[in-house]
Amino acid sequence: MLSILAARWRQGHRTLSFPKGAPTLPDRFRGLPVVDPSKCPTGCRQCAEVCPTNAISLDDAGPRLDLGRCLFCTDCVEACPEGAIRYSQDFRMATRSREDLVLGGEAIHLAAALDSRLRRLFGRSLKLRQVSAGGCNGCEADVNVLSTVVFDLGRFGIQVVASPRHADGLLITGPVTENMHLALRKAYDAVPAPKIVIAVGACAISGGPYIDHPEQHNGAGSVVPVDLYIPGCPPHPLTILDGLLRLLGRLDDRRSGTH
Amino acid sequence: MTAEFGWLTLQNAVAASREAVPDWDADLFRRAILSQTSAGWQVVALFGHLPEREAAVELYVILADHEGGHLHAAKTRVADGAFPSLTPDCPQVHLFEREIAEQFGVRPEGHPWLKPLRFVKSQRPGHDAWNRSEDEEPQVGVIEFYRVEGDEVHEVAVGPIHAGVIEPGHFRFQCHGEQVFHLEISLGYQHRGVERALLGGPDKRTIHYMETLAGDTTIGHATAYCQAVEALAGCRVPPRAQVLRGVALELERLANHTGDLGALAGDVGFLPTASYCGRLRGDFLNLSASLCGSRFGRGLVRPGGVAFDVEVARGTTLLTNLENAMRDVTNAVNLLWDSPSVMGRFEDTGTLSLEIVEQLGLVGPAARACGADRDIRHDFPAGIFRFSHIPVSKAGSGDVFARAYVRWLEIQRSAEFVREQLQMLVGGAARTAVPDLAADRLVVSLVEGWRGRISHVALTDGRGRFARYKVVDPSFHNWMGLAMALRNQQISDFPLCNKSFNLSYCGHDL
Repeated sequence: MLSILAARWRQGHRTLSFPKGAPTLPDRFRGLPVVDPSKCPTGCRQCAEVCPTNAISLDDAGPRLDLGRCLFCTDCVEACPEGAIRYSQDFRMATRSREDLVLGGEAIHLAAALDSRLRRLFGRSLKLRQVSAGGCNGCEADVNVLSTVVFDLGRFGIQVVASPRHADGLLITGPVTENMHLALRKAYDAVPAPKIVIAVGACAISGGPYIDHPEQHNGAGSVVPVDLYIPGCPPHPLTILDGLLRLLGRLDDRRSGTH
Repeated sequence: MTAEFGWLTLQNAVAASREAVPDWDADLFRRAILSQTSAGWQVVALFGHLPEREAAVELYVILADHEGGHLHAAKTRVADGAFPSLTPDCPQVHLFEREIAEQFGVRPEGHPWLKPLRFVKSQRPGHDAWNRSEDEEPQVGVIEFYRVEGDEVHEVAVGPIHAGVIEPGHFRFQCHGEQVFHLEISLGYQHRGVERALLGGPDKRTIHYMETLAGDTTIGHATAYCQAVEALAGCRVPPRAQVLRGVALELERLANHTGDLGALAGDVGFLPTASYCGRLRGDFLNLSASLCGSRFGRGLVRPGGVAFDVEVARGTTLLTNLENAMRDVTNAVNLLWDSPSVMGRFEDTGTLSLEIVEQLGLVGPAARACGADRDIRHDFPAGIFRFSHIPVSKAGSGDVFARAYVRWLEIQRSAEFVREQLQMLVGGAARTAVPDLAADRLVVSLVEGWRGRISHVALTDGRGRFARYKVVDPSFHNWMGLAMALRNQQISDFPLCNKSFNLSYCGHDL
């Protein structure tokens, strides 16, 4: 017993100060990609050609990057002869619409809060059922970690629950395999209305590396309506947490200075 | 023994000509496999391959002689859509034969448990092992489950969606009161078509398939793939890159083993260790992120080496953070062994015998917990493990305690390895260019991932593209071990037993 108390003393308080304080991320962290079309040489298509998920399209205004398909790998950064694409340290990138994930040179339009009726219902207590539908256990692991003492999801009133009938919404990972299609649909139907859906990771948004495979459905949006998109492969836990708090209207954007 | 049959002998991650693979008739193929497996060789892989312009399915077998440190390959042809099943005499091939039946529509005659594995259509239109019609879509989870009859016997069905944040799969228990007579595990829900998509590669998506085959084993699978490609291309990976791959592999093991010990503590209601290890797992993931920016090591291991080098200051910081995490892990984990309430639940729960381990061909910590002396880093070393030896961590009791304790031993030895390597990091380049892959070659690449033996087998065609790429995640071998561990246990011990294996669903389903 004494050794347990001594261990408790030793292990200390480990919860992040986020969202009040700014978190520290590793210097090589690949956050929100930044595209600078002014650097693009005329006719260059290198980034689009090497992208494993065809997340980059090119038009007259330069490259447009679809964060929903992006695996946050380094293939385009390495291929670009002019350094027109780089990763920033910004972990915030959740959006409310699929279109908002497609970026050229402009700033990202981060997720707006739910309407006042849903905020009143879910703002201080949000119960989510997680469904992995072909996820590789990367997104699942970084959702799971939100419940550890480091992120302590419970302090925001957010909890992952064991049954869709206890839930206010689904948090979906994976490209939605053909073999999970029916189970996902049933889980969605079992959640009482009003309900929300959160798609976490490139697979759940677009199919990710498995995009256009006949064995899957290119993400959650093909099966259920999605209210929040959280890109990444997998998204950093802070990216997920930031998205959830934005959806509930619990982040003060004046502090972050992006709007 | 080898000479008797004329096997092709291979080394881990060294390519050979496909022509050198002996082509045996079904009878010799069967006799040779049975003879060698009964002498202790392990089945690394048994898989089908459909050669171009030929109607007959080929079967390849790869066996591992852990004592001798050699791999052995042979092949045969399936005539008339059927072959005599090896499973009754060699249970470790049971899933491989189900996989072959499902993928190629050939029947292992006499297989005692011939059911679909991933619920997909045969790759040979018009050939189905269950004689289903062409337009009949396989229904996942719809099989005849093994049933125990009796007035007081009841059945518990769990999944595909589970209560936690975890991948999907279906578990069917046959129970008498609390006691589990039998557990049948039916998977396939995670099937994403990886092996099919790898054909004709490598291409720009290949490495990303590898990194997400089982996302918690990014380094393990990416390393197995890179070793295979480098062997096929005749590329020599710089020593510095080999060291950094080894460091990343052990960091992956540290994070996952720590997380597992925390989860095991949580499943017996011992919250201190559950809480500390939950945090510490993240600390190890953050060490991987300090190397390459990704907590799972995405983007680090690439053909030819590693994509991120480690400067002196980065290595020093990593070592400091490693020491801090190890101090806290030691403190947190030792609480487990000192708490009678924990030990009372870990000991004699979910016990497997060494005999079962050998029969089923189990791998990794689950096998070593029963005393099996097998570790790829030791028996088939590749890369840095040829020069730096990690002792094999074993226990004997085969229960949840043993599976937990082997993880703790491995945590300490992995940390020691990372220390050693980073303190005297060898100089030179971290990556080199990879030439085109050679045509008509075969390579077997093995890595000891945190769950056990990861096996990749690649066959190239006449143009140096993948004619077949077989992936065997350690989970493929071990799911049956979990089912056996549950026999005669309380059903309430399922979560604890399950966590003590912590297997991958997508690694199995591919």
